Amino acid sequence: MLTFMSISSAINQAQGSVTQGPAIQVQGLEKSYQELRVLRGVDFEVARGSIFALLGSNGAGKTTVVKILSTLLKADTGTARVNGFDVAAQAADVRESISLTGQFAAVDEILTGRENLVLVARLRHLEDPGVIADDLLQRFSLTEAGARRAATYSGGMRRRLDIAMSLIGNPPVIFLDEPTAGLDPEARIEVWHAVKELVAGGTTVLLTTQYLDEAEQLADRIAILHQGRIIVHGTLAELKQLLPPAEVTYVEKQPSLEDVFFAVVGDPK
Amino acid sequence: MATYFFGDTAVLTGRTLRHVTRSPDTVITTAIMPVALLLLFVYVLGGAIRHGSGTYVSYLLPGILLITIASGISYTAFRLFTDMQSGILERFQSMPIARSGVLWAHVLTSLAANVISLVLVVGVALLAGFRSGAGLLAWLAIAALLVLFTLALTWLAVIAGLNAKSVDGASAFSYPLIFLPFISSAFVPTGTMPGPVRVFAEYQPVTSIVNAIRDLLAQQPVGSNLWIAFAWCAGILVVAYLLASISYRRRIS
Repeated sequence: MLTFMSISSAINQAQGSVTQGPAIQVQGLEKSYQELRVLRGVDFEVARGSIFALLGSNGAGKTTVVKILSTLLKADTGTARVNGFDVAAQAADVRESISLTGQFAAVDEILTGRENLVLVARLRHLEDPGVIADDLLQRFSLTEAGARRAATYSGGMRRRLDIAMSLIGNPPVIFLDEPTAGLDPEARIEVWHAVKELVAGGTTVLLTTQYLDEAEQLADRIAILHQGRIIVHGTLAELKQLLPPAEVTYVEKQPSLEDVFFAVVGDPK
Repeated sequence: MATYFFGDTAVLTGRTLRHVTRSPDTVITTAIMPVALLLLFVYVLGGAIRHGSGTYVSYLLPGILLITIASGISYTAFRLFTDMQSGILERFQSMPIARSGVLWAHVLTSLAANVISLVLVVGVALLAGFRSGAGLLAWLAIAALLVLFTLALTWLAVIAGLNAKSVDGASAFSYPLIFLPFISSAFVPTGTMPGPVRVFAEYQPVTSIVNAIRDLLAQQPVGSNLWIAFAWCAGILVVAYLLASISYRRRIS
């Protein structure tokens, strides 16, 4: 693990494109809820403009990491810096640099999609909130639904609105906590497209997920969080090398239910 | 941060006010129960109650207004609880805004919604024969008392909303508050109540507030009741505000 980290930081420095070091630096993070030790020393770094996936099962501590990084929770020990700012000592600067999309699409159901976007733009003290809202509605294919209350949206639309709200003000770092939890396969792919677009614009994304394929699809680097520690950390190729060498076997491939689903509804890719 | 406080609070208040205007039933249901009580006591029970001089509806109105506020504030607890459940509170907390603005938005919205409910109830009371010759100053004092009482109870509702474990729990805390006026001078003079009940009734906040408003409406000398009423409201407000702030800080860190 240490070697992975030193290699990645060496590469970052060599590239010279990094403005002020990594977007996220976490060292020795520990957090307990009473008896329960949720985090037992978490270390990782996320390079600017990359997608970093924190992979783990339910209760592994993924959400706790995200909450500490987004200044919603205080760590017991350890340090974390986001966009160069310490999450404990410079919380206000961290909040200027980030945007959080929590586990449940945190949109205001009583407001319309457009009003949700205008609300966030106003709270970020931006000019022309209406223009920003209309622009994002278009980017996320929500223009027609913009005047409808968010309560009437499908799960995928709601997630898209949620992510659109996170983009307002162009924060350099975005946290997505299980962005596709509870979505149907089509909506998941919609969200994946949205995330990939984000990074094309230079944003750093830290996402948590319990789906292996999601990490595989999206992430430049993957860390596996297990029982409060990061047990592996690296690119997909590096992680694959940790597996036993590939064996060639011949197995008749039955179509999976997902193949059937997309064959019937038409593959959205 | 402080520079954003008023702007952020205004934006967030606009949001919660929309929640009220898009569910006007919350304002109407707040007014229905007090109006029903008003009609019940004026037209069914009131004839048998010896309350002294003046019409019974004028005697009753101050207590009914306090019940209106006590039932209205439960929506603040409900809305705050919903905000926490839906995750939108976390979204606000992770943004560069004045954090206390989130609570103040709910409190100001509660004030606006309760004022509308109070006006509705006073309107029904006027139809039922309520009249008052009170001057501008007296009305201002009544308005100030009702606003302070609303703020005090709303901050109590904030504590309930922040600490509730379920939606039902978030709104159920207001039942004892709605009940409190019944054990006071709101409906009947306290003189006929047995010893311990009378002591409780005479020294609990509702009685002094009800008596103060009643005397102001009837253009009677208010005496010390007014200051005791203001002191109760201010005291509850300060304590509730401090406890709510502590709860909030514990919630968000």
